[in-house]
Amino acid sequence: MAELDEKAEGLAIAAEGFGQCPLPIFEHPQIVMGHGSGGKLSAELIEKVFLNSFRNPTLERMDDQAVLQIGGTRLAFTTDGFVVTPIFFPGGDIGSLAVNGTVNDLAMGGAKPLYLAAAFILEEGLPADELKRVVESMRLAADAAGVQLVTGDTKVVNRGKGDKVFITTTGIGIVDRATNLSADRARPGDKIILSGYIGDHGITILSQRENLEFEGELQSDCAPLHGLVSEMLDEAEDANDLGGVRCMRDPTRGGVATTLNEIAGKSRVGMLLREDTIPVRDSVRGACEVLGLDPLYVANEGKLLAVVSKELAEGMVARMRRHPLGLESRIIGEVVETHPGMVLMQTTVGGTRVVDVLFGEQLPRIC
Amino acid sequence: MCLAIPGKVISVYEQAGMRMAKVQFGGVMREACLEYVPETQPGQYVLVHVGFAISTIDEDEAQRTYEALAELGELSELDAPEVDENGETAMRLMTPMVIPGREG
Amino acid sequence: MKYLDEYRDGTIAAKLADEIKRVQTKPWVIMEVCGGQTHSIVKNGIDYLLPAGVELVHGPGCPVCVTPLEMIDKAHAIARRSHVIFCSFGDMLRVPGSHGDLFSIQSLGGDVRVVYSPLDCLKIAKANPDRQVVFFAIGFETTAPANAMLAWRAKVDGVENISLLVSHVLVPPAMEAILSSPRNRVQGFLGPGHVCAVVGYREYEPLSARFKVPIVISGFEPVDILEGVLMVIRQLEEGRGEVENQYSRVLTRAGNEAAQALVMKVFEVGDRKWRGVGLIPQSGYHLRAEFAAFDAERRFDVEAIQTEEPAICIAGEILQGIKKPHDCPAFGTACDPQHPLGATMVSAEGACAAYYAYGRHLKPELVHIGEGA
Repeated sequence: MAELDEKAEGLAIAAEGFGQCPLPIFEHPQIVMGHGSGGKLSAELIEKVFLNSFRNPTLERMDDQAVLQIGGTRLAFTTDGFVVTPIFFPGGDIGSLAVNGTVNDLAMGGAKPLYLAAAFILEEGLPADELKRVVESMRLAADAAGVQLVTGDTKVVNRGKGDKVFITTTGIGIVDRATNLSADRARPGDKIILSGYIGDHGITILSQRENLEFEGELQSDCAPLHGLVSEMLDEAEDANDLGGVRCMRDPTRGGVATTLNEIAGKSRVGMLLREDTIPVRDSVRGACEVLGLDPLYVANEGKLLAVVSKELAEGMVARMRRHPLGLESRIIGEVVETHPGMVLMQTTVGGTRVVDVLFGEQLPRIC
Repeated sequence: MCLAIPGKVISVYEQAGMRMAKVQFGGVMREACLEYVPETQPGQYVLVHVGFAISTIDEDEAQRTYEALAELGELSELDAPEVDENGETAMRLMTPMVIPGREG
Repeated sequence: MKYLDEYRDGTIAAKLADEIKRVQTKPWVIMEVCGGQTHSIVKNGIDYLLPAGVELVHGPGCPVCVTPLEMIDKAHAIARRSHVIFCSFGDMLRVPGSHGDLFSIQSLGGDVRVVYSPLDCLKIAKANPDRQVVFFAIGFETTAPANAMLAWRAKVDGVENISLLVSHVLVPPAMEAILSSPRNRVQGFLGPGHVCAVVGYREYEPLSARFKVPIVISGFEPVDILEGVLMVIRQLEEGRGEVENQYSRVLTRAGNEAAQALVMKVFEVGDRKWRGVGLIPQSGYHLRAEFAAFDAERRFDVEAIQTEEPAICIAGEILQGIKKPHDCPAFGTACDPQHPLGATMVSAEGACAAYYAYGRHLKPELVHIGEGA
């Protein structure tokens, strides 16, 4: 065992010589899947590549939409790409996702969604029937959301160069209330509201690949949230406190954890959550336990997080619960001035953990 | 290491020459290989690691040990209830969250 | 979820924490061997429920962390081959080798697939008869039965286009190495519950007797870990050093004999190198001669690959419980999950990554919410 000890000594000495360490830091010279995960790798890519080139105050706010002043009107403008596989899944498909995702990004900016544009990249060999199904689904989703698809584009790429279909939707809406919704507006004392069960979408998609069967129906929660948002803004207006709604975000890829960290970071505040308030369906929980995943990082497509003033909070939750998409709304935590940028959570056994951002995709683990 | 989760065996069958089961974990069901616990019957609980049941849960033992846990502390409370510096007794439901910077 | 939720009960956890406080009179250092236990402790904030006199140090129970750099390089060399479908548990994907990780290999065109169960590889092999499927067979004793079954079925079913890259390690030799070190500070152990579900705990008895240390084989949920700690503390306070079984609902002293039987048919015990620690004799599994045809190291002729570990990383000392992640000058600065210098940071399982993910790179006092005392 002396040999081991020598090694340990050697390591200790090396560690002390740290200042002169020549070891290169590990970096990715090419794009890896983790860059699309919504976590730290994604953030780094955006910061170092995109923001570096496209600097302007609106972009730097890094909200899910841009709220622009044009003439005397405030318009919300957003775009999103959809690459989900499989393209059809319980509760939706790439089409309904493409419509609702963009509608939701507009809604999170306080906008009434009005018009969409859609660009399709089709893979050679995609059955025309599947395309028709996707497009019909988009039509139904657009009607339900009260938006019109007014312009679009189609391209075809060779077989193998595109995964059946990629859709990019761009949306525009009108911000007709004096809201000021942005990720940098959270302040100590505010409450954090979540509109319902987390993890449904991500686990539904994963289950298609991981041979998980669900008892009862698990499906994606893909839905347009502008109606719920409208109710919430009505509530704030009724209380003469539109400013009390600081920020709204839909926790898509990267989940609740990533979204809350973004807000905490931008607002330079800390957050305290309570694990026992966060609603997760049994089927999602079971799948996460089996695969070793944390529901806090799983994507949602029909949920929202809102940071509101503590005066507004209780009434807001009650109002949300009267809406079909907000039945399980509740306060899951609060904003604090300590540990800025850090999201902490009181665990179900009374301990504390930090809810950090993953740097890549969350992978099933065996350990 | 070793993420292994307890689940309930719902059905047992043969597949590709191996004894398999549909196992229920909360609201989700997944297949697991029963070759290492071949006596397991539907209704029993197994511990599953990477798609293999590696042990059957001894439900009587679980109950016995859990009841012992639930009784923990009751004897020592009969002796002398613990009172800490805040004047609170040792029995509490959750450790209260103290905001850092404001704790004593 | 039955047999899971009850063991996350806050009331019982609090009772156990109180009992620990009541029983403990001196400071003690306890090691939880298994990375899954580390993960649970950090994720649930269990160590903050313990009195200050109980120190938990994290052991080498993370197969991802202890897989030597050399083995990672062999895996990568194989994964780069154009006709190979390289299958691995998710945990291994981010572990850096000398040049990149499996993600970067995938981004350059390698066919890398995450599997949940080793049996998935059989299906992949049967579906792709013109490709070579290679499975990265890592793990401790817990995973050996599953990996063994893959090799066994491949042979019995005559699936020739599959092979295993084996890097299995065993717990008792690692514990012995830790206990034998003159720098050892560990006075009691939480033994690895799922390893013992497979192999039982007989082999821990001579270890416990020889070094007079309590070894309490424990589960993974907060109640299991707290009860395990309580049992260790009781032994330490009473001057005992024995093996006890906290996880009795899952395991027995003999373990799972059917699993052990198949493991011994496929694998044999041999020497293994441990990342950051070095060669520990008789500390791992290798494929038996009868299964040599399924050994990926031979099939792909990577036996000759040799690599040296970067010296800076103190992963070895962390794995042995001598240091904590925040003792390392690189922790959270030069070394973080995005730019891991060593294994313990890379694995979502490893002590450093667990610490980092749960924020401990910021001053620990800052996140100490709710006094344990």
